[in-house]
Amino acid sequence: MKNLIDILDLSVEEIDAMIAVANDIIDHPENYREACKYKTLATLFFEPSTRTRLSFEAAMLELGGRVLGFSEASSSSASKGESVADTIAVCCGYADIIAMRHPKEGAPLVASMKATVPIINAGDGGHNHPTQTLTDLLTIKREKGRFDNLTVGLCGDLKFGRTVHSLIAAMSRYAGINFVLISPEELKVPSYVKNAYIKAKNIPYEQTTALENVIDKLDVLYMTRVQRERFFNEEDYLRLKDCYVLTPEKMAMAKKDLIVLHPLPRVNEISVAVDDDPRACYFRQARYGKFIRMALIMKLLEEASK
Amino acid sequence: MNIDSIINGIVIDHITAGKAMQIYTKLNLDALDCQVAIIKNASSNKNGRKDIIKIADEIDIDLGALAVICPTATVNIIRDSKVIEKRALKLPERIENVMRCKNPRCITTTEQEIRHIFILTNPETAEYRCMYCDTKANN
Repeated sequence: MKNLIDILDLSVEEIDAMIAVANDIIDHPENYREACKYKTLATLFFEPSTRTRLSFEAAMLELGGRVLGFSEASSSSASKGESVADTIAVCCGYADIIAMRHPKEGAPLVASMKATVPIINAGDGGHNHPTQTLTDLLTIKREKGRFDNLTVGLCGDLKFGRTVHSLIAAMSRYAGINFVLISPEELKVPSYVKNAYIKAKNIPYEQTTALENVIDKLDVLYMTRVQRERFFNEEDYLRLKDCYVLTPEKMAMAKKDLIVLHPLPRVNEISVAVDDDPRACYFRQARYGKFIRMALIMKLLEEASK
Repeated sequence: MNIDSIINGIVIDHITAGKAMQIYTKLNLDALDCQVAIIKNASSNKNGRKDIIKIADEIDIDLGALAVICPTATVNIIRDSKVIEKRALKLPERIENVMRCKNPRCITTTEQEIRHIFILTNPETAEYRCMYCDTKANN
Protein backbone atom coordinates (compact mmCIF):
# COMPACT_ATOMS: atom_id res chain seq x y z
CA MET A 1 0.00 0.00 0.00
CA LYS A 2 1.20 3.46 -0.87
CA ASN A 3 1.81 6.13 1.76
CA LEU A 4 3.31 9.59 1.46
CA ILE A 5 5.96 9.95 4.14
CA ASP A 6 8.72 11.66 2.16
CA ILE A 7 8.41 13.59 -1.10
CA LEU A 8 10.87 11.12 -2.64
CA ASP A 9 8.26 8.37 -2.15
CA LEU A 10 6.77 9.85 -5.33
CA SER A 11 8.50 9.59 -8.69
CA VAL A 12 8.76 12.61 -10.97
CA GLU A 13 6.13 10.95 -13.18
CA GLU A 14 3.75 10.46 -10.25
CA ILE A 15 4.16 14.11 -9.25
CA ASP A 16 3.54 15.24 -12.84
CA ALA A 17 0.38 13.11 -12.97
CA MET A 18 -0.87 14.52 -9.67
CA ILE A 19 -0.21 18.09 -10.81
CA ALA A 20 -2.20 17.35 -13.97
CA VAL A 21 -5.12 16.11 -11.84
CA ALA A 22 -4.86 19.18 -9.57
CA ASN A 23 -4.97 21.46 -12.60
CA ASP A 24 -8.03 19.62 -13.89
CA ILE A 25 -9.71 19.99 -10.48
CA ILE A 26 -9.05 23.74 -10.60
CA ASP A 27 -10.58 23.94 -14.09
CA HIS A 28 -13.46 21.49 -13.55
CA PRO A 29 -14.24 21.19 -9.82
CA GLU A 30 -17.74 19.90 -10.60
CA ASN A 31 -16.25 16.66 -11.94
CA TYR A 32 -14.77 15.77 -8.55
CA ARG A 33 -17.59 16.58 -6.12
CA GLU A 34 -18.36 12.93 -5.43
CA ALA A 35 -14.91 11.45 -6.11
CA CYS A 36 -14.51 10.34 -2.47
CA LYS A 37 -18.14 9.87 -1.50
CA TYR A 38 -18.54 7.53 1.52
CA LYS A 39 -14.80 7.76 2.25
CA THR A 40 -13.46 9.18 5.53
CA LEU A 41 -10.26 11.12 6.14
CA ALA A 42 -8.87 11.22 9.68
CA THR A 43 -6.75 14.28 10.44
CA LEU A 44 -4.59 13.36 13.43
CA PHE A 45 -2.80 16.55 14.42
CA PHE A 46 -0.62 16.00 17.49
CA GLU A 47 0.76 19.51 16.93
CA PRO A 48 -1.29 22.65 16.21
CA SER A 49 -1.72 23.74 12.61
CA THR A 50 -4.19 25.95 10.84
CA ARG A 51 -3.70 25.83 7.13
CA THR A 52 -2.47 22.29 6.66
CA ARG A 53 -5.30 20.74 8.64
CA LEU A 54 -7.97 22.99 7.15
CA SER A 55 -6.53 22.40 3.70
CA PHE A 56 -6.78 18.62 4.15
CA GLU A 57 -10.29 18.89 5.53
CA ALA A 58 -11.43 21.27 2.79
CA ALA A 59 -9.88 18.94 0.20
CA MET A 60 -11.76 15.89 1.48
CA LEU A 61 -15.06 17.77 1.86
CA GLU A 62 -14.80 19.08 -1.72
CA LEU A 63 -14.29 15.50 -2.89
CA GLY A 64 -17.59 14.57 -1.22
CA GLY A 65 -15.90 12.68 1.62
CA ARG A 66 -16.13 12.96 5.40
CA VAL A 67 -13.61 14.15 7.96
CA LEU A 68 -12.87 13.33 11.59
CA GLY A 69 -9.89 13.83 13.85
CA PHE A 70 -8.27 16.01 16.48
CA SER A 71 -6.22 19.17 16.29
CA GLU A 72 -3.85 18.90 19.22
CA ALA A 73 -2.24 16.14 21.25
CA SER A 74 -3.95 17.23 24.48
CA SER A 75 -7.32 16.22 23.01
CA SER A 76 -6.07 12.76 22.04
CA SER A 77 -4.96 9.70 23.97
CA ALA A 78 -1.35 10.73 23.36
CA SER A 79 -1.82 12.92 26.46
CA LYS A 80 -2.45 9.69 28.40
CA GLY A 81 0.78 8.22 27.11
CA GLU A 82 -0.59 6.15 24.23
CA SER A 83 1.98 5.26 21.60
CA VAL A 84 1.69 6.44 18.00
CA ALA A 85 1.44 2.83 16.85
CA ASP A 86 -1.55 2.17 19.12
CA THR A 87 -3.33 5.40 18.16
CA ILE A 88 -2.93 4.51 14.49
CA ALA A 89 -4.06 0.92 14.97
CA VAL A 90 -7.28 2.24 16.50
CA CYS A 91 -7.88 5.03 13.96
CA CYS A 92 -7.48 2.64 11.03
CA GLY A 93 -10.78 1.16 12.14
CA TYR A 94 -12.54 4.51 11.68
CA ALA A 95 -11.02 6.02 8.54
CA ASP A 96 -10.06 5.12 4.97
CA ILE A 97 -7.03 7.43 4.91
CA ILE A 98 -5.08 9.32 7.57
CA ALA A 99 -3.26 12.67 7.44
CA MET A 100 -0.99 12.99 10.45
CA ARG A 101 1.11 15.77 11.93
CA HIS A 102 3.39 15.02 14.86
CA PRO A 103 6.16 16.97 16.62
CA LYS A 104 8.41 13.89 16.73
CA GLU A 105 10.44 13.23 13.60
CA GLY A 106 9.69 9.87 12.03
CA ALA A 107 6.29 9.46 13.72
CA PRO A 108 4.41 9.14 10.38
CA LEU A 109 6.85 6.42 9.29
CA VAL A 110 6.13 4.54 12.52
CA ALA A 111 2.41 5.02 11.82
CA SER A 112 2.76 3.67 8.27
CA MET A 113 4.44 0.52 9.61
CA LYS A 114 1.36 -0.22 11.71
CA ALA A 115 -1.43 1.18 9.52
CA THR A 116 -3.85 -0.71 7.32
CA VAL A 117 -4.91 2.47 5.48
CA PRO A 118 -2.73 5.02 3.62
CA ILE A 119 -0.81 7.48 5.81
CA ILE A 120 0.00 11.00 4.69
CA ASN A 121 2.76 12.83 6.54
CA ALA A 122 1.35 16.29 7.24
CA GLY A 123 4.60 17.38 8.90
CA ASP A 124 6.91 15.65 11.38
CA GLY A 125 8.95 18.05 13.51
CA GLY A 126 11.69 19.69 11.47
CA HIS A 127 12.01 16.66 9.23
CA ASN A 128 9.57 16.38 6.30
CA HIS A 129 6.43 18.04 5.03
CA PRO A 130 5.79 16.43 1.65
CA THR A 131 2.33 17.88 0.98
CA GLN A 132 3.74 21.38 1.41
CA THR A 133 6.33 20.44 -1.20
CA LEU A 134 3.59 19.20 -3.54
CA THR A 135 1.88 22.56 -2.96
CA ASP A 136 5.13 24.39 -3.76
CA LEU A 137 5.60 22.34 -6.93
CA LEU A 138 2.04 22.99 -8.14
CA THR A 139 2.59 26.70 -7.46
CA ILE A 140 5.85 26.77 -9.44
CA LYS A 141 4.24 24.87 -12.30
CA ARG A 142 1.21 27.16 -12.47
CA GLU A 143 3.13 30.39 -12.02
CA LYS A 144 6.29 29.62 -14.06
CA GLY A 145 4.95 26.94 -16.40
CA ARG A 146 7.96 24.68 -15.91
CA PHE A 147 10.27 22.99 -13.37
CA ASP A 148 13.50 23.02 -15.37
CA ASN A 149 16.01 25.83 -15.95
CA LEU A 150 15.12 27.81 -12.86
CA THR A 151 17.28 29.63 -10.33
CA VAL A 152 15.66 28.87 -7.01
CA GLY A 153 16.52 31.00 -3.98
CA LEU A 154 15.72 29.65 -0.52
CA CYS A 155 15.87 32.24 2.24
CA GLY A 156 15.68 32.22 6.03
CA ASP A 157 15.79 29.15 8.25
CA LEU A 158 17.34 26.56 5.97
CA LYS A 159 18.46 24.37 8.88
CA PHE A 160 15.22 23.51 10.65
CA GLY A 161 12.91 24.40 7.74
CA ARG A 162 11.52 21.01 6.74
CA THR A 163 9.81 22.47 3.66
CA VAL A 164 13.17 23.72 2.44
CA HIS A 165 14.79 20.27 2.61
CA SER A 166 11.89 18.61 0.83
CA LEU A 167 11.80 21.30 -1.89
CA ILE A 168 15.54 20.95 -2.51
CA ALA A 169 15.11 17.17 -2.79
CA ALA A 170 12.20 17.53 -5.20
CA MET A 171 13.68 20.28 -7.41
CA SER A 172 17.06 18.55 -7.61
CA ARG A 173 15.42 15.94 -9.87
CA TYR A 174 14.85 18.47 -12.68
CA ALA A 175 17.37 19.69 -15.28
CA GLY A 176 18.99 23.09 -15.30
CA ILE A 177 18.30 23.98 -11.67
CA ASN A 178 20.50 26.43 -9.75
CA PHE A 179 20.10 26.83 -6.01
CA VAL A 180 20.89 30.03 -4.11
CA LEU A 181 20.90 29.36 -0.36
CA ILE A 182 20.39 32.52 1.70
CA SER A 183 20.64 32.18 5.48
CA PRO A 184 22.58 33.26 8.55
CA GLU A 185 25.56 31.03 9.40
CA GLU A 186 23.65 29.31 12.21
CA LEU A 187 20.72 28.32 9.98
CA LYS A 188 22.51 27.01 6.88
CA VAL A 189 21.26 23.95 4.98
CA PRO A 190 22.55 20.83 6.81
CA SER A 191 25.49 19.24 5.05
CA TYR A 192 23.69 15.92 4.58
CA VAL A 193 20.95 17.66 2.58
CA LYS A 194 23.56 19.45 0.48
CA ASN A 195 25.56 16.26 -0.04
CA ALA A 196 22.57 14.08 -0.91
CA TYR A 197 20.68 16.38 -3.26
CA ILE A 198 22.97 19.15 -4.50
CA LYS A 199 26.60 17.99 -4.50
CA ALA A 200 25.81 14.39 -5.45
CA LYS A 201 24.07 15.63 -8.59
CA ASN A 202 26.62 18.38 -9.36
CA ILE A 203 23.91 21.02 -9.19
CA PRO A 204 25.34 24.55 -9.19
CA TYR A 205 24.65 26.38 -5.94
CA GLU A 206 25.66 29.49 -4.07
CA GLN A 207 25.53 30.21 -0.36
CA THR A 208 25.20 33.73 0.93
CA THR A 209 24.01 35.68 3.94
CA ALA A 210 22.76 38.72 1.95
CA LEU A 211 19.43 38.49 0.11
CA GLU A 212 19.89 41.84 -1.62
CA ASN A 213 23.11 40.64 -3.30
CA VAL A 214 21.41 37.76 -5.12
CA ILE A 215 17.72 38.64 -5.49
CA ASP A 216 18.23 39.92 -9.07
CA LYS A 217 19.27 36.41 -10.23
CA LEU A 218 16.27 34.53 -8.93
CA ASP A 219 13.32 33.04 -10.80
CA VAL A 220 11.80 31.63 -7.60
CA LEU A 221 12.28 33.04 -4.08
CA TYR A 222 11.17 30.71 -1.30
CA MET A 223 10.95 32.65 1.96
CA THR A 224 10.71 30.86 5.31
CA ARG A 225 9.97 31.82 8.88
CA VAL A 226 12.46 31.31 11.68
CA GLN A 227 10.37 28.94 13.81
CA ARG A 228 10.35 29.50 17.55
CA GLU A 229 9.21 25.90 18.17
CA ARG A 230 12.40 24.47 16.60
CA PHE A 231 14.73 26.19 19.09
CA PHE A 232 15.64 24.83 22.49
CA ASN A 233 17.18 28.17 23.38
CA GLU A 234 14.98 31.31 23.35
CA GLU A 235 18.02 33.61 23.08
CA ASP A 236 19.09 32.02 19.79
CA TYR A 237 15.57 32.40 18.43
CA LEU A 238 15.34 36.08 19.38
CA ARG A 239 18.77 36.78 17.85
CA LEU A 240 17.91 35.15 14.52
CA LYS A 241 14.20 35.76 14.03
CA ASP A 242 14.47 39.07 12.18
CA CYS A 243 17.45 38.25 10.00
CA TYR A 244 15.60 38.66 6.68
CA VAL A 245 12.70 40.87 5.76
CA LEU A 246 11.51 41.04 2.16
CA THR A 247 10.48 44.62 1.42
CA PRO A 248 9.22 46.51 -1.66
CA GLU A 249 12.73 48.00 -1.95
CA LYS A 250 14.26 44.54 -2.30
CA MET A 251 11.50 43.48 -4.69
CA ALA A 252 12.44 46.46 -6.89
CA MET A 253 15.83 44.79 -7.43
CA ALA A 254 14.29 41.47 -8.55
CA LYS A 255 13.29 40.14 -11.96
CA LYS A 256 9.88 41.17 -13.27
CA ASP A 257 8.82 37.52 -13.48
CA LEU A 258 10.17 36.43 -10.09
CA ILE A 259 7.69 34.46 -8.00
CA VAL A 260 7.78 34.70 -4.20
CA LEU A 261 6.62 31.64 -2.28
CA HIS A 262 6.22 31.12 1.47
CA PRO A 263 4.81 28.04 3.23
CA LEU A 264 3.07 30.37 5.74
CA PRO A 265 2.41 31.36 8.44
CA ARG A 266 4.36 34.55 7.93
CA VAL A 267 5.47 36.58 10.92
CA ASN A 268 7.46 39.57 9.67
CA GLU A 269 9.86 38.09 7.10
CA ILE A 270 7.73 39.46 4.25
CA SER A 271 6.53 43.02 4.62
CA VAL A 272 2.75 43.34 4.23
CA ALA A 273 3.50 45.99 1.61
CA VAL A 274 4.77 43.20 -0.69
CA ASP A 275 1.39 41.43 -0.66
CA ASP A 276 -0.05 43.55 -3.47
CA ASP A 277 2.91 42.87 -5.76
CA PRO A 278 1.70 40.42 -8.44
CA ARG A 279 4.91 38.45 -7.94
CA ALA A 280 3.83 37.59 -4.38
CA CYS A 281 2.31 34.13 -4.81
CA TYR A 282 2.04 32.91 -1.22
CA PHE A 283 -1.69 33.30 -0.76
CA ARG A 284 -2.38 31.72 -4.15
CA GLN A 285 0.08 29.00 -3.06
CA ALA A 286 -2.00 28.27 0.07
CA ARG A 287 -5.09 27.93 -2.14
CA TYR A 288 -3.28 25.55 -4.50
CA GLY A 289 -2.49 23.38 -1.47
CA LYS A 290 -6.10 22.27 -1.28
CA PHE A 291 -6.18 21.15 -4.91
CA ILE A 292 -2.96 19.13 -4.78
CA ARG A 293 -4.16 17.48 -1.55
CA MET A 294 -7.39 16.56 -3.34
CA ALA A 295 -5.32 14.92 -6.09
CA LEU A 296 -3.18 13.13 -3.49
CA ILE A 297 -6.13 11.80 -1.48
CA MET A 298 -7.72 10.47 -4.68
CA LYS A 299 -4.50 8.80 -5.78
CA LEU A 300 -3.81 7.09 -2.43
CA LEU A 301 -7.41 5.90 -2.03
CA GLU A 302 -7.38 4.56 -5.56
CA GLU A 303 -4.16 2.64 -4.91
CA ALA A 304 -5.45 1.32 -1.60
CA SER A 305 -8.54 -0.08 -3.33
CA LYS A 306 -6.49 -2.13 -5.80
CA MET B 1 51.49 -7.89 31.03
CA ASN B 2 50.74 -11.48 30.04
CA ILE B 3 47.32 -12.76 29.02
CA ASP B 4 47.01 -16.47 28.34
CA SER B 5 46.74 -17.49 24.70
CA ILE B 6 43.40 -18.90 23.62
CA ILE B 7 43.19 -22.58 22.70
CA ASN B 8 39.69 -22.45 21.22
CA GLY B 9 37.80 -19.22 20.74
CA ILE B 10 37.81 -15.80 19.11
CA VAL B 11 40.21 -12.88 19.12
CA ILE B 12 38.90 -9.50 18.08
CA ASP B 13 42.04 -7.60 17.22
CA HIS B 14 42.93 -4.13 15.90
CA ILE B 15 40.15 -2.45 17.83
CA THR B 16 40.57 1.31 17.89
CA ALA B 17 41.98 2.15 21.32
CA GLY B 18 39.15 2.97 23.69
CA LYS B 19 36.38 1.09 21.86
CA ALA B 20 36.75 -2.33 23.53
CA MET B 21 34.24 -1.64 26.29
CA GLN B 22 31.69 -0.35 23.79
CA ILE B 23 32.05 -3.57 21.79
CA TYR B 24 31.88 -5.64 25.00
CA THR B 25 28.56 -4.00 25.88
CA LYS B 26 26.95 -3.78 22.43
CA LEU B 27 27.81 -7.37 21.49
CA ASN B 28 26.45 -8.58 24.86
CA LEU B 29 29.75 -10.22 25.78
CA ASP B 30 28.95 -9.53 29.42
CA ALA B 31 26.30 -12.26 29.18
CA LEU B 32 28.85 -14.97 28.29
CA ASP B 33 29.81 -17.69 30.76
CA CYS B 34 33.27 -18.28 29.27
CA GLN B 35 36.45 -16.35 29.99
CA VAL B 36 36.65 -12.97 28.25
CA ALA B 37 39.76 -10.78 28.36
CA ILE B 38 39.70 -7.11 27.45
CA ILE B 39 43.12 -5.69 26.74
CA LYS B 40 43.20 -1.93 26.50
CA ASN B 41 45.99 0.18 25.03
CA ALA B 42 48.07 -2.72 23.73
CA SER B 43 51.07 -1.81 21.54
CA SER B 44 50.31 -1.57 17.86
CA ASN B 45 52.88 -1.15 15.11
CA LYS B 46 50.28 0.45 12.91
CA ASN B 47 48.44 2.83 15.19
CA GLY B 48 50.57 3.01 18.33
CA ARG B 49 47.78 1.67 20.56
CA LYS B 50 44.90 -0.71 20.08
CA ASP B 51 42.40 -2.71 22.11
CA ILE B 52 41.96 -6.50 21.90
CA ILE B 53 39.17 -8.78 23.12
CA LYS B 54 39.81 -12.49 23.64
CA ILE B 55 36.87 -14.84 24.06
CA ALA B 56 37.55 -18.42 25.19
CA ASP B 57 34.68 -19.90 23.21
CA GLU B 58 33.71 -19.96 19.54
CA ILE B 59 30.54 -17.90 19.79
CA ASP B 60 28.48 -16.26 17.04
CA ILE B 61 29.67 -12.68 16.79
CA ASP B 62 27.40 -10.03 15.29
CA LEU B 63 29.91 -9.00 12.63
CA GLY B 64 27.60 -6.28 11.31
CA ALA B 65 27.34 -4.59 14.67
CA LEU B 66 31.10 -4.95 15.17
CA ALA B 67 31.77 -3.38 11.75
CA VAL B 68 29.56 -0.44 12.62
CA ILE B 69 31.27 0.20 15.97
CA CYS B 70 34.82 -0.41 14.74
CA PRO B 71 35.36 -1.00 11.00
CA THR B 72 39.12 -1.56 11.53
CA ALA B 73 38.65 -4.57 13.83
CA THR B 74 39.63 -8.06 12.70
CA VAL B 75 38.09 -11.33 13.88
CA ASN B 76 40.28 -14.41 14.18
CA ILE B 77 38.85 -17.85 14.94
CA ILE B 78 41.23 -19.93 17.01
CA ARG B 79 41.20 -23.74 17.20
CA ASP B 80 43.90 -25.78 18.92
CA SER B 81 45.82 -22.55 19.45
CA LYS B 82 45.96 -21.81 15.71
CA VAL B 83 44.20 -19.18 13.66
CA ILE B 84 42.01 -21.22 11.37
CA GLU B 85 39.90 -18.43 9.93
CA LYS B 86 39.90 -14.66 9.61
CA ARG B 87 36.42 -13.24 9.25
CA ALA B 88 36.03 -10.08 7.19
CA LEU B 89 33.88 -7.28 8.45
CA LYS B 90 31.34 -5.82 6.07
CA LEU B 91 29.14 -2.87 6.88
CA PRO B 92 25.52 -4.05 6.89
CA GLU B 93 22.98 -2.05 4.88
CA ARG B 94 20.72 -1.87 7.93
CA ILE B 95 21.33 -2.33 11.63
CA GLU B 96 18.80 -2.81 14.36
CA ASN B 97 19.06 -2.10 18.08
CA VAL B 98 22.82 -1.54 18.08
CA MET B 99 22.70 2.23 18.46
CA ARG B 100 20.15 4.77 19.58
CA CYS B 101 19.30 7.99 17.79
CA LYS B 102 20.77 11.06 19.49
CA ASN B 103 18.16 13.44 18.02
CA PRO B 104 15.90 14.50 20.92
CA ARG B 105 13.12 15.19 18.40
CA CYS B 106 13.21 11.64 17.02
CA ILE B 107 10.17 9.41 17.56
CA THR B 108 12.51 6.69 18.90
CA THR B 109 13.01 8.79 22.06
CA THR B 110 9.37 8.38 23.09
CA GLU B 111 7.70 5.51 21.25
CA GLN B 112 7.42 2.33 23.30
CA GLU B 113 9.29 -0.78 22.20
CA ILE B 114 10.31 0.72 18.88
CA ARG B 115 13.19 -0.90 16.98
CA HIS B 116 16.16 1.42 16.62
CA ILE B 117 17.01 1.10 12.93
CA PHE B 118 19.84 2.78 11.05
CA ILE B 119 20.49 2.67 7.31
CA LEU B 120 23.95 2.78 5.70
CA THR B 121 24.05 6.02 3.70
CA ASN B 122 27.78 6.27 2.91
CA PRO B 123 29.85 3.06 2.93
CA GLU B 124 33.12 4.98 2.44
CA THR B 125 32.74 6.89 5.69
CA ALA B 126 30.66 4.19 7.46
CA GLU B 127 27.89 6.77 7.77
CA TYR B 128 24.58 5.55 9.10
CA ARG B 129 21.40 7.57 9.48
CA CYS B 130 18.35 6.95 11.62
CA MET B 131 15.62 5.40 9.48
CA TYR B 132 12.99 7.55 11.19
CA CYS B 133 14.51 11.04 11.30
CA ASP B 134 17.63 10.87 9.06
CA THR B 135 19.93 12.01 11.86
CA LYS B 136 23.53 10.83 11.49
CA ALA B 137 24.54 8.09 13.90
CA ASN B 138 27.37 8.38 16.39
CA ASN B 139 29.02 5.06 15.67
